[in-house]
Amino acid sequence: MRRSTSKFYHLKEIILLLFVLFSTLAFTPIPTENGYDIGDVVTDFKLENIDGKFVSLSDFETAKGFIVVFTCNTCPYAVLYEDRIEALNKKYAKLGYPVIAIMPNNVTTKPGDSMEAMQQRAKEKGFTFPYLMDVDQLVYPQFGATKTPHTYILKSTKSGPVVQYIGAIDDNYSDPSLVKTYYVENAVDTLLNGGLIEVSKTKAIGCSIKI
Amino acid sequence: MKYGLLTLALFIFSCNTNQKEPAPLEIYDFTGIEPFLNRDDSKTYVVNFWATWCAPCVKELPHFEKIQKNYTDDVKVFLISLDFPHQYKTKLQPFIQKHQLSSKVIVLDDPDMNAWIPKIDSDWGGAIPVTLIYNASKRVFYNRAFTYKELESELKTFLTP
Repeated sequence: MRRSTSKFYHLKEIILLLFVLFSTLAFTPIPTENGYDIGDVVTDFKLENIDGKFVSLSDFETAKGFIVVFTCNTCPYAVLYEDRIEALNKKYAKLGYPVIAIMPNNVTTKPGDSMEAMQQRAKEKGFTFPYLMDVDQLVYPQFGATKTPHTYILKSTKSGPVVQYIGAIDDNYSDPSLVKTYYVENAVDTLLNGGLIEVSKTKAIGCSIKI
Repeated sequence: MKYGLLTLALFIFSCNTNQKEPAPLEIYDFTGIEPFLNRDDSKTYVVNFWATWCAPCVKELPHFEKIQKNYTDDVKVFLISLDFPHQYKTKLQPFIQKHQLSSKVIVLDDPDMNAWIPKIDSDWGGAIPVTLIYNASKRVFYNRAFTYKELESELKTFLTP
């Protein structure tokens, strides 16, 4: 009797173990190699903002879409775009396209991107957009972001936010006065006017995301 | 060729006569860089895109230097710097001097990145470091950082005995 009970427990334990193993595997996020492409529906996230509150896309119930920018404090390219990112939020948040900035770096590798440092930079520059930390580094791989700054424009639809544009903010990192093509502004303006985005993917040099 | 073969001699004026004057930088726009990416002779070319502000680039730079030293005859290393123009004098030239880089350093200054990045490789999103290894018969773009061993073993696939 005792023997069979103990055998039974063994079996139960094995089943439990298998179940745990299976569920761990099943729920471990598989890193997407290339991330989102144009037309893909974005999975919502919940990330901590510099004010300590957690932010999800679904919090913005009336948003027509989003300008999601992966950016950070430490990358010189990201720094050159700080004021332009703030200007985008000032211009487009009230039109229904708020900026959502996400800091994707590992802060152990880049201490200059710590939450405190993000708070300080936001205060100095007067950021009015959420500046979120991808603390588990799970959101940027979903998007397929590889560098800072890296911009995604999303459009709200019934099935969720859909990617409309991926790439650079404009075509001159070094001098805003020499910009010839405002990629992000053109794309958002087009979406606001219900048109089709002409240039939906652009490339630019940036700092690799630190893992 | 906007800047064309404009070779800027940027001298750091210093009263310290013991300090060696830095070598002038070779600065090009993308049109000026293209010939370095398309040489058609018997050598194998290792072209690394880097910048002094890019920590993983700086970390792997000694491996490229070592490759240049160990494969003097068959291999030519080009270190293409993407440093910012306002830091050529303050960061790039002091860096080259301090580390006494023996590989050829070329500076790429062309803000219209979306125009030239895809011409280097269609899969390159723009993060650095990246490296292009090519010769007359083979061309591979590496969207990654290297250890010396990894770099050497990749290079060896280009060098026929």
